[in-house]
Amino acid sequence: MSIRHPLRALTAATALLLAAACSSNAGGSSASGGFAPPKISAQKSLGAGEGTVNIVAWAGYVEYGQDSKTVDWVTPFTQQTGCKVNLKVAGTSDEMVALMKTGQYDTVSASGDATLRLIAGGDVAPVNTALVPNYADIYPGLKNQPWNSVNGVPYGIPHGRGANLLMYNTDKVTPAPTSWGSVFAADSPYAGHVTAYDSPIYIADAALYLMRTEPDLGIKNPYALTKPQLDAAVALLKVQKKQIGSYWSDYTKEQAAFDSGDDLIGTTWEVIQQAVAGDGKVKTQAILPTEGSTGWSDTWMISAHAQHPDCAYQWMNYIVSPAVNAQVAEYFGEAPANSKACGQITDNPNFCTDYHATDESWWKNVYYWTTPTAQCADGSGRGDCTTYAQWVTAWNEIKS
Amino acid sequence: MSAPAAARTPVRRLAGVLHRHPGLRLAALLSAPMTWLALAYLGSLAVLLLSAFWTTNEFTSSIEYRWTTANFLAVLTDPQYRTVALRTLGIAVSVTLIDAVIALPMAFHIARVAGPSSRRLLLVAVLTPLWAGYLVKAYAWWVMLSHGGILDWITAPFGGHSPGFGVPAVVMVLAYLWLPYMVLPLCTAFGQLPDSLLDASADLGAGPWRTFRSVVLPLARPALIAGSVFTFSLSLGDYLTVQIVGGTTSMLGNVIASNVTLNLPLAAAVSCVPVLLIVGYLLAVRRTGALDNL
Repeated sequence: MSIRHPLRALTAATALLLAAACSSNAGGSSASGGFAPPKISAQKSLGAGEGTVNIVAWAGYVEYGQDSKTVDWVTPFTQQTGCKVNLKVAGTSDEMVALMKTGQYDTVSASGDATLRLIAGGDVAPVNTALVPNYADIYPGLKNQPWNSVNGVPYGIPHGRGANLLMYNTDKVTPAPTSWGSVFAADSPYAGHVTAYDSPIYIADAALYLMRTEPDLGIKNPYALTKPQLDAAVALLKVQKKQIGSYWSDYTKEQAAFDSGDDLIGTTWEVIQQAVAGDGKVKTQAILPTEGSTGWSDTWMISAHAQHPDCAYQWMNYIVSPAVNAQVAEYFGEAPANSKACGQITDNPNFCTDYHATDESWWKNVYYWTTPTAQCADGSGRGDCTTYAQWVTAWNEIKS
Repeated sequence: MSAPAAARTPVRRLAGVLHRHPGLRLAALLSAPMTWLALAYLGSLAVLLLSAFWTTNEFTSSIEYRWTTANFLAVLTDPQYRTVALRTLGIAVSVTLIDAVIALPMAFHIARVAGPSSRRLLLVAVLTPLWAGYLVKAYAWWVMLSHGGILDWITAPFGGHSPGFGVPAVVMVLAYLWLPYMVLPLCTAFGQLPDSLLDASADLGAGPWRTFRSVVLPLARPALIAGSVFTFSLSLGDYLTVQIVGGTTSMLGNVIASNVTLNLPLAAAVSCVPVLLIVGYLLAVRRTGALDNL
């Protein structure tokens, strides 16, 4: 029958289509581990804005009045530059990496566990800091760090840093917790009302707790775990899972669960605690436990495939300008990156002291998110550490 | 007459050609839907299957086009996937059974017991939830199930409390979401049931239960199976409900979703599990002959 011919033609067409789909991206692979970033050159000069900029950011970083009418630094930016801002909020670093791989976004507020992956993947371009005048005022301690530069070439503009804190419902949780032990204990009085961050990087929180409480394991850095150390952290997280009510990766999910009383204690970002306080339904507090905590140092990076690079550069310069950086830092609850930002904080004169903006010794207790690699991050020079891929498998196993 | 002139127009000539070549006629008729089926539907499935054989860079999670069967091996040998697959299967089967048990009396009442006007009202009542968004309904259940929510409030006088978030909550919410898909085919089947058969059964001395078992149920079986295809496959692929009311539970959909960002090939390999489960279910259904009447 003649029907066989169209079918054969269709098969051939499908095969052609598949071949095209396969070959279109084939240049993207790159080396892993101690890596050499793909050769991408930084932008040389700035043109007039393209009228739009597409941003991937953490919740609370790009506010146009969506959460609170009075919190808005996007509208002045659009008025000044003519660049309309399209925002995509990401809940985890993994989501950010995936979004940047699509090539549809111009700039991203990446944490230290995403930056190197983005650089190595050729997803972001080096930054010409001469095009960002406010870069001069960034704290020197944040410039050219291992998470935002490669071989002295800057790949982003530091934005601010903060710690992952322990939030609890002050009416229900007594006595007030002082240690991460209250979320890792096997027989928590708050079983079913404990929450945790839903991302493989949360393994570091367990590792940090073990580093302080079980010195025999020999953990020196929560992001440099050998296989036995990772197994110990996984075992602890499996114990924790029995106490967990639900995990959160979307910050509104934690906000709603604390508001309703379903969650009573767990890891948080300062901005979520602010939001819960703003809702006024329950009383909460966020503390830095005695063990210290994990944290993040965020960097604005520019996509290697940016379709609106000029607007993206203008955004990077705007968001770290003293007044705006102060506004973001105060709203999000983090230490600003611009040294002049502290002078611009309006509500709380002690803000920069409270958030330890310049107190480097305080930050020694905060372990910034870093992508775990076989090359141990603890400076020992060993190469037998578990990689992020192993962490992902371990996290899936904990959650299964 | 103008008929001979009309015979020479291109349209008439084409009609003539098509009339003489039935194969060509068939090809012209089928080419558009077949293209859609092959490219959009089977094509995307083929891409899915193909991408499961690739690998990712461990560090950058970029896809590398190197042929490997490691993803399938991991899915087959790693116990975590078996646990999740069995849990998902269990949830899908429970949802299907619960929906069948609720929908059978409901549909029978609507189709055979209720009067014409209340029948219309009841059908509208069954269909109304389909007008509300899926997420709205799931979040409504989140509110009901949550601490101090409506379920706590109702059960408190009896010393009970809300089941909280977990597998029971997921089964409840999914059973609620997919119930209309089970009720509607059953309603149609019961509506078409000839009165004479029920009368004959009663005349022969069968009680209501015996009539239901020996007459009604066998005739409604194709509809029951059609409904179960909906409830089973929709539950098997769900991942949002479990994220909202599942607590720490994860289903196949969550495993796929969490791997899509980091390890697309592994996610593709895991996706083959629900596809195979559905195909297996459909083949089993076909063996019962229920699909012959559709």
